[in-house]
Amino acid sequence: MAEQIALEVTRFSPERDKEPSVQSFEVPLRKEWVVLDALNYVKDKVDGSLSFRWSCRMGVCGSCGMMVNGEPKLTCATFLTDYAPGPVRVEPLKNFPVMRDLIVEITDFLEKLSKVKPWLIRNKEKPITEGEYLQSPEQLETYRQYSMCINCLLCYAACPVYGLDPLFAGPAALALAQRYNMDSRDEGKSERLDILSQHDGIWGCTFVGDCTQVCPKHVDPAGAIQQYKLTATQEWVKSLLMPWGGK
Amino acid sequence: MATYTSYPPKGYRVRMSTYWWLGRWPYLKFILREISSVFVAWFVIETLLQINALIDGPEAWVEMQDFFMNPIVIGVNVISLFFVCFHAITWFNLAPKAMAVRMGGKRVPGILIAGPQYIAWAVVSAAVAWLLLRG
Repeated sequence: MAEQIALEVTRFSPERDKEPSVQSFEVPLRKEWVVLDALNYVKDKVDGSLSFRWSCRMGVCGSCGMMVNGEPKLTCATFLTDYAPGPVRVEPLKNFPVMRDLIVEITDFLEKLSKVKPWLIRNKEKPITEGEYLQSPEQLETYRQYSMCINCLLCYAACPVYGLDPLFAGPAALALAQRYNMDSRDEGKSERLDILSQHDGIWGCTFVGDCTQVCPKHVDPAGAIQQYKLTATQEWVKSLLMPWGGK
Repeated sequence: MATYTSYPPKGYRVRMSTYWWLGRWPYLKFILREISSVFVAWFVIETLLQINALIDGPEAWVEMQDFFMNPIVIGVNVISLFFVCFHAITWFNLAPKAMAVRMGGKRVPGILIAGPQYIAWAVVSAAVAWLLLRG
């Protein structure tokens, strides 16, 4: 018989349970298997009621973020063999309400994300006949890192500020705001400044820096937030020195 | 615009423990970095006390020296020195993250932002050491 590894999975049914419990499954330990494969094995062969989110299996969709042995991980990119001989503890992402088993409620993030206006804002759209908004590779390079975010929310699970104060806008939303702020085609910086420079925006961040450590796409949200703190301070000084000047 | 229904009404929320910072090294490091400011403040107070003693004359200065010879004060100051160094090093290392300087279309490597701060630190420390130890 092939080698096995114990998978300890959080189970929670909102209709049945008062609080989550742990269920252990023995799954084959295969060299090429990631934690998501093990979860799918359980769902297919052992217990079809196990619920979790997943889609692309290649670190692009950002659906399969979970806590693996206490660390926020994309389960499609986390190999079982790294945890041998086990057990591997799989829990829902921290800092979010658990809906069922490994599924968390992320509406809070989606609302915060739309609040920071993560899209190109133009003062006046030019007609399509005038062509595209051009951008040089250098201009692209200034924000490219932040545009890699896949909204997997590992950074929110790593952020103790978000865990303690759910009003905090959080790493991904702030990094994505910065992604558009730094885009040469965007003209919405001042619109975002009012939202981002509130207490629950950038100033909520205490620079723990773990969001950057756990980010599977190397977005560096902590860096983005600190850089924006610098920008916001400059804007504040400017508004103090030149109260008559436009933003 | 589509609105989300709030069903199911609420999920299971885990409250964060008061000791959340003990479980993970980056969290503990963060808390130590925050606490280090207390020790920085302690060094500032000590410096002010010394200046005050200097103004008050030789007797006050001797009294101050006795205070600094106290083993408890020496112990506190050794711990404070460790935390002040920790404070400085973590601060210097975080500076390149907060400052994205671009030159010639490329981001300046972190070492070029942190490096000069370390050099300045070493130079100032050497100057202070020279002032105090030249006899």
